[in-house]
Amino acid sequence: MDHALSKEVETQVEQRPGRLREFWFYFRENRGAVFGFWIFVAFVIVAATAPWIAPHDPTQQFREFALIPPVWQEGGNWSFPLGTDPLGRDMLSRLLNGARYSFFVGIVVVVVAASGGILLGLLAGFSPKWLDALIMRLMDIILAFPSLLLALVLVAILGPSLTNAMIAIAIVLQPHYVRLTRASVIGELGKDYVTSARVAGAGLWRLMFVTVLPNCLAPIIVQAALSFSTAILDAAALGFLGMGAQPPTPEWGTMLAEAREFILRAWWVVTLPGLAILITVLAINLMGDGLRDALDPKLKRS
Amino acid sequence: MSLLRLRNLSVEFATTGGRFRAVDQVDLDVDKGDVLAIVGESGSGKSVSMLALMGLLPWTAKVTADEMVFDGHDLSKMSARARRKIVGKDLAMIFQEPMSSLNPCFTVGFQIREALRIHLGMDRRAAQARALELFELVGIPDPEQRLKAFPHQMSGGMNQRVMIAMAISCSPKLLIADEPTTALDVTIQAQILDLLVRLRDETGMGLVLITHDMGVVAETAQRVSVHYAGQKVEEQPVRPLFRSPHHPYTSALLAALPERATDKRLPTIPGVVPGQFDRPQGCLFSPRCPYADDHCRKVPPAPRGPDLGLARCHYPLNTDERLAS
Amino acid sequence: MLRYVLSRFATFLPTFIGVTLISFAFIRVLPGDPIIVMAGERGMSQERYDELVIQFGFDRPVLVQYWEYLTGVLQGDLGTSYVTKRPVWDEFFALFPATLELSICAMIFAVALGLPAGVIAAMNRGKFYDRALMSTALIGYSMPIFWWALLLIIVFSGNLGWTPVSGRIDLLYYFPDTTGFMLIDSLLSGQSGAFTSAVRHLILPTIVLGTIPLAVIARQTRSAMLEVLGEDYIRTARAKGLPPGRINGIHALRNALIPVITVIGLSVGTLLAGAILTETIFSWPGIGKWMVDSIFRRDYPVVQGGLLLIAVMVMVVNLTVDLLYGLINPKIRKR
Repeated sequence: MDHALSKEVETQVEQRPGRLREFWFYFRENRGAVFGFWIFVAFVIVAATAPWIAPHDPTQQFREFALIPPVWQEGGNWSFPLGTDPLGRDMLSRLLNGARYSFFVGIVVVVVAASGGILLGLLAGFSPKWLDALIMRLMDIILAFPSLLLALVLVAILGPSLTNAMIAIAIVLQPHYVRLTRASVIGELGKDYVTSARVAGAGLWRLMFVTVLPNCLAPIIVQAALSFSTAILDAAALGFLGMGAQPPTPEWGTMLAEAREFILRAWWVVTLPGLAILITVLAINLMGDGLRDALDPKLKRS
Repeated sequence: MSLLRLRNLSVEFATTGGRFRAVDQVDLDVDKGDVLAIVGESGSGKSVSMLALMGLLPWTAKVTADEMVFDGHDLSKMSARARRKIVGKDLAMIFQEPMSSLNPCFTVGFQIREALRIHLGMDRRAAQARALELFELVGIPDPEQRLKAFPHQMSGGMNQRVMIAMAISCSPKLLIADEPTTALDVTIQAQILDLLVRLRDETGMGLVLITHDMGVVAETAQRVSVHYAGQKVEEQPVRPLFRSPHHPYTSALLAALPERATDKRLPTIPGVVPGQFDRPQGCLFSPRCPYADDHCRKVPPAPRGPDLGLARCHYPLNTDERLAS
Repeated sequence: MLRYVLSRFATFLPTFIGVTLISFAFIRVLPGDPIIVMAGERGMSQERYDELVIQFGFDRPVLVQYWEYLTGVLQGDLGTSYVTKRPVWDEFFALFPATLELSICAMIFAVALGLPAGVIAAMNRGKFYDRALMSTALIGYSMPIFWWALLLIIVFSGNLGWTPVSGRIDLLYYFPDTTGFMLIDSLLSGQSGAFTSAVRHLILPTIVLGTIPLAVIARQTRSAMLEVLGEDYIRTARAKGLPPGRINGIHALRNALIPVITVIGLSVGTLLAGAILTETIFSWPGIGKWMVDSIFRRDYPVVQGGLLLIAVMVMVVNLTVDLLYGLINPKIRKR
């Protein structure tokens, strides 16, 4: 009888998985997130290699081949697989090169907004009440303006260009980081490990960057992923309104703006750049959702 | 036929590191008017087994049982709809945290009338009258005003009384109280326990009291079932258990009671309940057991006979007393 | 509750001051001299220039200028448009009903579809409906709405010819704008077909503007529902043997609505940002299009005034949402 039972109660001795492995486990479980991750990887590769893999120069005009439809439609031409735009430029080459701009915008905006926002947020969380209130009211003021409107006005002040659009978008997105960082810093400050670090004599800088900041990173990482996609969308919107990258830059939003008048005549010049934006943004958001689920212990399965 | 009969109940949770068995082959019986205490440390699976009985576990949990019979119905074989007719009416439960167990958005009156209207089909007026009656029964002063209050406007003790009133509203045959006093002040604890025992005496319902407090057990229970790491390790009526515990874990729990301390220092049980990743191969208590030998560490023990309190132990204690009697 | 209201107002005031400061600073940090910009291509004489500097008060200390600006703003004086020579205040409120009408329709669209979608997804967590609804919501959330608008125009206006491409109503119809809301005015006018025409003009802009709020509301409702469904009081409700419809629809939804209403309120800012794109594409004569046009025309008083009015509007809505939050959250209400 003992023997029979011992089989039933067989116990497995398992190792507790490491942090990165645990993260990957949760991330991998979300198939959409993994899918988004691979699309994002492809997007990065395209952005890095666009000048070499594109069949043509993105600004070269083949005047005799204007508005050629994609190959699978009647009148298509294999030298322009996705057709040409009204000026006879190759759509495929322009789309591939457009990935560079979007990627660049995303990276720059996230780095600028996140580093500024995290610094201000940490400062607000640690500083005396008056400075905290000052910083937070300042952020409230920025947040009172609809983001796209503020970005538009900033670009109007600075002059329309992709660089200025990036600066404007970074300024507009930065308060979110400040709020997020401050909220999690304040949440962490009350915890025992911070007190013990204080008691152990950790200095203010050490407390800020070594003790507290790493424990606040999870929501910030998620926010970074989400603002990467917001940055791409906003830059494209500014480009579409003529306030971002200027023609003939093959930026996706700018391409859409140029194509608007051909909307009913040549579907591909309108559909394809937008599709590129949608797929990129969707992939990043899928990834961001996966990150959030993997990093947020609240939503973990028990 | 007993009111509640559980045979070979197991509950497993799906987690990152694989399956975790929170409840492991538990048998339990409760009769009408019986007061059974389930005792154990946190993580011993005592609440989970009762939540499984109520059907309240999240979807990650897998419940298996040979028998899960309540009042003649096998709950494990019933449809969810049929089960809801029993749960909340004949089978009720109250929880550890009275503050968070009541919906913050509704008045307590709404929450108590709701059960009455659904299970007993009472109209508004009848439900209101019954709610007043219940509040008086559980000793809530000024019941008419209190019915209009929101949970956060009342103290923890009052909220637990509301929870009890709600649980007994449909005159259940069995009430499960999951650490009903843990979150409350000491003075309130005794009042709530007295209330539960009084209600049992008045209505003849069965009472299952989940607790980790041996003092509570001694005062209220008739029978005690001791749980450790998901398993039932011993079950005895309350007096024999306190006099002659058979499982070393029970013995250690009793020794840790301040009232029983003979030494200057209070004895403790070294170590913690094994979790998912450090489950021992043999007897689950062996890493913390002062009597364990290699046999204990390799071979899991099976429950002994009723004369030894069904103790899951290779070397039960106090066997001589049995011989003497 | 009173303390809560006061504390909300205490943060409102400094933010309002800050917003006026920003819009005041706007015209002064512009590249180039605003007076020369105002003169446009024609240029102006030195005497006229000096006259204008004094008229606009640019010769006085900045603090005095700000004070005059602020008192002007509080009396509804936001300057005059360079282009139309009409007061900015009047222009804003002439165009505002168009934006409001569109925004309300978009919000109704978003809430009417988003709330049920979120609840259904949460109730079917991990199953087919959840996945289908949430994938759709994520696509909506990722949508570049200016492209989405073009796509809808291609399909519904181009291929199917069901909806008009731009404007608020067919040129055939003319009636006075009593309320400024085309739906109401067209009904009041009694002209047959006017109302249908107004509705048909509204459909595409509503969908376009409502898409992102719809996705946000659906996602937020789902996650709020899931969070609430893990609470102790839901376990109590289940322990009472309540049917799932009652648990989800009453006990859970009532609590989940608290964060969702906040999100709905906060998406007013998003809505106005979206209105900029939507109105530009559909030539919808509202404040979004007005702002974009003014930026291009370098009509700076309009940009300045519009910026301030829009920001104040967003702030007022956020304040209202905060107060409403206090009202629906009994923990705050009864304090």
